[in-house]
Amino acid sequence: MNAILAISAAEFRIAFRNRWVAIAIAMMAVFSLVLAGAGSAPTGTLGADRLSVTVASLTSLAVYLVPLVALLMSFDAIAGEVERGTLPLMLTYPLGRFEILLGKFIAHLLILSLAVAIGYGLAAGAAIWTDPRASAGFPAMFRLFWTSLLLGAAFVAIGYAISALARRPGAAAGLAIALWLVMIVLYDLGLLAAVVADDGGRFTTDIFPWLLVGNPADAFRLYNLAASEATAAAAGIGAAAHTIAPVHALASILLWPLLGLGLAVLAFRKVTP
Amino acid sequence: MMPNLTLSHLTKRFGATRALHDVSFTVAPGERIALLGHNGAGKSTLMKIVLGLIPYDSGRVEVLGAAPGDRAARRQVAYLPENVAFHPALTGLEQIRTYLRLRGEPVRDAMGLLERVGLAEAAKRRIGTYSKGMRQRVGLAQALIGRPRLLVLDEPTSGLDPVSRREFYTTLDGLAAEGASILLSSHALTEVEARTDRIVILSRGAMVANAALAELRRQAALPILMQVRTTEAAADQVAARLGGARFNGATVTLSCAPDQKLARLGQVTALGSLVEDVEVIPPSLEDLYSHFSKQVQP
Repeated sequence: MNAILAISAAEFRIAFRNRWVAIAIAMMAVFSLVLAGAGSAPTGTLGADRLSVTVASLTSLAVYLVPLVALLMSFDAIAGEVERGTLPLMLTYPLGRFEILLGKFIAHLLILSLAVAIGYGLAAGAAIWTDPRASAGFPAMFRLFWTSLLLGAAFVAIGYAISALARRPGAAAGLAIALWLVMIVLYDLGLLAAVVADDGGRFTTDIFPWLLVGNPADAFRLYNLAASEATAAAAGIGAAAHTIAPVHALASILLWPLLGLGLAVLAFRKVTP
Repeated sequence: MMPNLTLSHLTKRFGATRALHDVSFTVAPGERIALLGHNGAGKSTLMKIVLGLIPYDSGRVEVLGAAPGDRAARRQVAYLPENVAFHPALTGLEQIRTYLRLRGEPVRDAMGLLERVGLAEAAKRRIGTYSKGMRQRVGLAQALIGRPRLLVLDEPTSGLDPVSRREFYTTLDGLAAEGASILLSSHALTEVEARTDRIVILSRGAMVANAALAELRRQAALPILMQVRTTEAAADQVAARLGGARFNGATVTLSCAPDQKLARLGQVTALGSLVEDVEVIPPSLEDLYSHFSKQVQP
C-alpha cells in the first residue's frame, strides 16, 4: 500500500508542478460561476430554490467538463512514461502494473475531487448567498458531487486504457479527444436520430433505454435528473429519465470506473517496455 | 555456492532477427561480470530478459532462485537502464524518496544515497535541470537502494567523468565484497579490464567468450608486441639481428606468439649494450574483443 501511495504522491506532485491542478480547478471554478450567474433568470418561473436550479445547470455542465478534465489528466499516464523512457525502470521495482495504475488513479481522482469541490462550492455559495431557501438543494448538490467523481473516475480509467493502447502521447491525446466527442456529444445525437427514425418502434422501447444507460455520461445525467424533479424540466432528455429506473443508472456509474480500470490493466499488460 | 543468476541455452528472436542464440552462463555471488558486444549484439535484450521486462523464446533463466520478473526476484534486483530517464518535474531528492518507498526502505536514506553519488548539492533541484551525467548519478543512486543481490547495469558509466567512474567502480567493489553479483555492460573496455572478474562477449546474439581476462588472452593467443629502444646509430643493426621493423628512429618493434615471449626477451638481452630499454605490450582488451567478435559470422 505504501508503494501505491508513493506513486500517488509523485503523480500529484508532478500534476501540481505541471499546473494541471491549477488548470483543473480554474476550469471547474470559472464554468461553475458563469452557470451560477446565468442560472439566476429562471428561478422565479420554476419556483424552485436557487441551489436546486444551480445543481440542474451544473449537471449539464459536468457531463461535458468532468469527462474532459479526466481524459486530459489521464491520457499521458502510460504513453508519457513510454515516451520519456521511465517505464522500464519502474517495472523492475517490486510492484505490479495494477498497483502503478492504482497509484496514478488515486492522485488523479484527488485532483479531480479538488476541482469539482471548489467549482461546485463556489456555485453553491453564490446560490446560498442570494436565496435563503437554498439549503433545500443540499442533498441534490451532494449527490451531484459524488456522482461527478464517479463519472470522472470512469473517464480517468478509460483514459489510462487509451494511453496504454496508443503508447505515444500524441496519439493518446487524439484518441482521448475523439472518445470524448463520440461518447459525450455524438452518442446522444446518434441515439436521437435512431429514435426519430424508429418512430416509436421496438428500438425506442426496448433497446434505446439500455443504450442510454450504458453510456456513463448519460447514466450520470439520468441519475441526477431522476433524483430531482426540478432538474428534469431543464434537460432535453428528461422524458427518457422516466423510462429508466434510477437504480440502473446508478449501477452504470458505479460499474464504469471498475470496467475502465479493468480495460486499462488489460491494455497496460500488453505494453512491452 | 548457488549462482545468483543462471542462463541456460537462452534464445530470443524478434521476428526474423536472432537477438540471442543459445546463451549460457552463470553469475556467482560477489562476482562482477562485464558484458561486451557491439551495438545490437544482444546485451540490452539479455538484461531485459533477466529483469523480466521482455519474455524469451526458449532456454532457462533463474534469478535468485526465481523466475525473471517474479516479485521475489524484483525485490533483490537493481537495474540501471541505458540512458536512464526520470520525470523532469521532480527533484532528485523526491525521485529517490519515491524509489525508496517503492522498495519499502525508509525515505530518510535518500540524502545519504545522493551524497554517495555526489549529488547532495543538486538534490533539491528539478531533474529537468540536470546534465546527462547527473541523471546517470540519480540512476546509480536508485540502483544502490536496499541491499540488492544482483545489479544489472546497462552502460553505467556513460556520461560520467573519469573521477566519478573510479568512485563508481569502488562502490561496486564494496557491494561485490558483500556478496552482490554485478552484471554490467560497457563500451569503455579499459575500465572493464581492471574492475571486473569475468568477461562475457556477445556477437550477433551468440556468446563467443566467457572467461577471466587472463584466460581470454591465453585462448586468443594473440601476438605480443615488444618495443626495443636503442640508439639511432644502432637501430638498423638491432632490427636486422632481431628480425623486427625499425620504427620512429631509435625504436625497433617486433611481435611474437605468447609462448615465444621469454625466448625473444633472451635474444633482446643478448644484444647487451645495444639495447637501452625494452617494453612488452600484451594484447589489449580491444584486440581480444575484436578477435572474439570476428569469430561468429552470419
